[in-house]
Amino acid sequence: MIEFQSVTKTFNGKPAVDNISFTANEKEILVLLGKSGCGKTTTLKMANRLIESDSGMIKINGENIENQNPEKLRMNIGFVMQNSGLFPHYTIAQNIAVVPQLLKWEKKKTENKTLELLEKLHLPVDILKRYPSELSGGQQQRVGIARALIGNSPILLLDEPFGALDNITKADIHSEFKSLDELKNKTILLVTHDVQEAFELGHRICLLDQGKIVQVGTPTEILYRPVNEFAESFFDENRLLLEYKVATLQDIRSFLSSEINDRILLDNQVNIWSVLQKIISEYKDNEAYESVVSAFTEYRKLHIA
Amino acid sequence: MTEQNFWQFIVEQQDKLWTQVVQHLGLTFLSLFLAILVGVPLGIVIARVKKLSNPVLGIAGILQTIPSIALLGFMIPAFGIGTTPAIIALLIYALLPIIRNTFTGITEVDPSVREAAKALGMNNMQILFKIELPLATPVIVAGIRTAAVINVGVATLASFVAAGGLGEFIFGGISLNNTNMILAGALPAAILAVIIDQFIALLQRSGLKSLKIFKFIFPLIIIVAGYFYFSNTSSTAKLKAGFTPEFMGRKDGDIGLRSVYGMNVKPLIVNDAVMYKAAYDKELDLISGYSTDGRIKAYDLLVLDDDKRIFPPYFAAPIIKNKTLEKFPELENTLNILAGKFNDSLMTDLNYKADQLKQTPEKIAKDFLMANHLYKTSGKGNRGTIKIGSKIFGEQYILTEIYKLLIEGYTDYKVETKTGLGGTKICFDALMNDGIDFYIEYTGTGLQVLLHPTEKVIDEVTKSPEQTYRYVNSEFEKKYGIRWLKPLGFNNAYALMMRRTQAEELHIKSISDLSIFIKKE
Repeated sequence: MIEFQSVTKTFNGKPAVDNISFTANEKEILVLLGKSGCGKTTTLKMANRLIESDSGMIKINGENIENQNPEKLRMNIGFVMQNSGLFPHYTIAQNIAVVPQLLKWEKKKTENKTLELLEKLHLPVDILKRYPSELSGGQQQRVGIARALIGNSPILLLDEPFGALDNITKADIHSEFKSLDELKNKTILLVTHDVQEAFELGHRICLLDQGKIVQVGTPTEILYRPVNEFAESFFDENRLLLEYKVATLQDIRSFLSSEINDRILLDNQVNIWSVLQKIISEYKDNEAYESVVSAFTEYRKLHIA
Repeated sequence: MTEQNFWQFIVEQQDKLWTQVVQHLGLTFLSLFLAILVGVPLGIVIARVKKLSNPVLGIAGILQTIPSIALLGFMIPAFGIGTTPAIIALLIYALLPIIRNTFTGITEVDPSVREAAKALGMNNMQILFKIELPLATPVIVAGIRTAAVINVGVATLASFVAAGGLGEFIFGGISLNNTNMILAGALPAAILAVIIDQFIALLQRSGLKSLKIFKFIFPLIIIVAGYFYFSNTSSTAKLKAGFTPEFMGRKDGDIGLRSVYGMNVKPLIVNDAVMYKAAYDKELDLISGYSTDGRIKAYDLLVLDDDKRIFPPYFAAPIIKNKTLEKFPELENTLNILAGKFNDSLMTDLNYKADQLKQTPEKIAKDFLMANHLYKTSGKGNRGTIKIGSKIFGEQYILTEIYKLLIEGYTDYKVETKTGLGGTKICFDALMNDGIDFYIEYTGTGLQVLLHPTEKVIDEVTKSPEQTYRYVNSEFEKKYGIRWLKPLGFNNAYALMMRRTQAEELHIKSISDLSIFIKKE
């Protein structure tokens, strides 16, 4: 659990983060979303004291981080950066083993854990002896994630981890990321400016503007019940897409006839966008498609009313 | 007498050459080692505390621009002569590239890599040793290579302060007009520079991505430096002698001391610019000087009586090509105005004004001409330019200025002076190649350094200064088409000198006394 209580940070007299309070719960991915310069990265970096706050309090698992040795604190917090931040003079194996070395793990334990992570992240074993510059961007980013996960820390901070990747690679990593067991029990702060990424990965979204929190809420809340004009207009460009992605099959089941319901054999948690995608490309069932679209329209009426 | 070729010289002098190479390596590596020890931590500090970077790099840059011979001059009062001042001077020259490259190497480490290291929980020391230094190593090593090459070059100047090295051959060769000797110093120095540079590069390539390279470089440097130090611990004689490279190679110099007085004082090789001061500062006890030097008086030195006459007196006179005299018809008479106008004590006095009273050569020259009613305001200066050369010591500067005022006063020629030419060979070659039109030479130097006659001839023509003058004049005319104009009137000769107080303490008045004193030990 990460708690921010009235945290402020100013650079050269200008507040970058202005009196922010929020809580990221256990087993939750909280997304810090906003345009560049809104203070989201500063907020993230205060959580592991890469940047020291000016005032307010930050607690991790109930403990004030100011009272902890910064190196010890950071060792127990996984961190993934935009450009992987791998050490160019270390091999991939050495890069992944940085935290275990700092924690003085046994060699065997590090090796086993490394191999386990490689498999989960779909990385070939032979890259271990190579240097970061010999890997593709997607591979480097996966190694960066492996390095952050190997210490099995309960907290994970992600600073635009997929920002430098092309869309196809990004989609692949998103789906891998969501299915990683390692993430299930962690408290995760994810910084991004990518609205779709925020909706895809976040359990809750914290929308920031000019150093202040505009709104915190689940994707559905934030999409259908914006607190002000800024929050509303922020999603204008992607609104239709996001609405399809936020609603799940479960949400519209009640608006479908039982016959159609029986024809859609998908998990209830699958979002409408994916459902329609499946119906078009695999089932090729026009009637089901139309029914789902009209069911979604009914469901939507409830929300915007 | 057949000229010796380069290989014969090398073979004959191989012991000396080897010693000098070892000394040279020792100077280079020891100073480099110290420069790394000082420079790398300084570079690290200023990379951390950016505020300090400008002052530190600025100071190192200023130190770098001090001319090396001047820096060596500053070192003598503080560190004496010998290895210590040479190594400190070299250390100072090696510092800038090492500090700057360490600083640049560290500051240019990708900030995201540094941030990643911090985010993973590394402390400052771990970031420095595991991340910053390994990533900066190629840049740091490049700085060390630059410093090494600079040091091999500058270490040739170590011979000025009796620290040995290949400079002994180079500057000896320049003073003695011996091309083989110059090459015997210069070629090995160049080869050493290339080898050291490539060797460090090789070490770097072999261990590109780690700090291991230093584990090789350091012991190596220590071994070389240590070997040098032990092989260089000189015999601690009761009297420390320092002779110029020219004196060392002349028959009316160290060679005469050995053969006529049977005395080997185990001299250090030292530059005449720093020699007198070193004697005054008690760094040296016995030096080879010129009998007219003003510093004899200034530093209260005693000229030892040359009771067996190995330092014959010589005249000083302008030497000039016949061709030049034809081109500037008024020149010969003008130059001869000064003939016989000097004597030994007058010249010593003029030198004293420069050396001790710190008057400028221009002022001394003008005062001299005024006093002798020879001064005239300068003419139009529109009938061609005459270039006067001078060697790099006080007397020559003064005489050059006197000639300049004289020529400009009595003719319409314009005068350009080329002062501070670094030795007999450089002056004489400049004269031969028309780089200068004339300079003041000493008949003894003409005889011993430029003509190299047989010993029989030397014995014959050095019976009197007049005989020497006649001989060199006719030989120069025959060989080079160069004439010796009328002598200025003072005699200049080599002289051995000691501090007066010490000489009186030891009851040494003549070179024979000295010889007896040394043999007693």
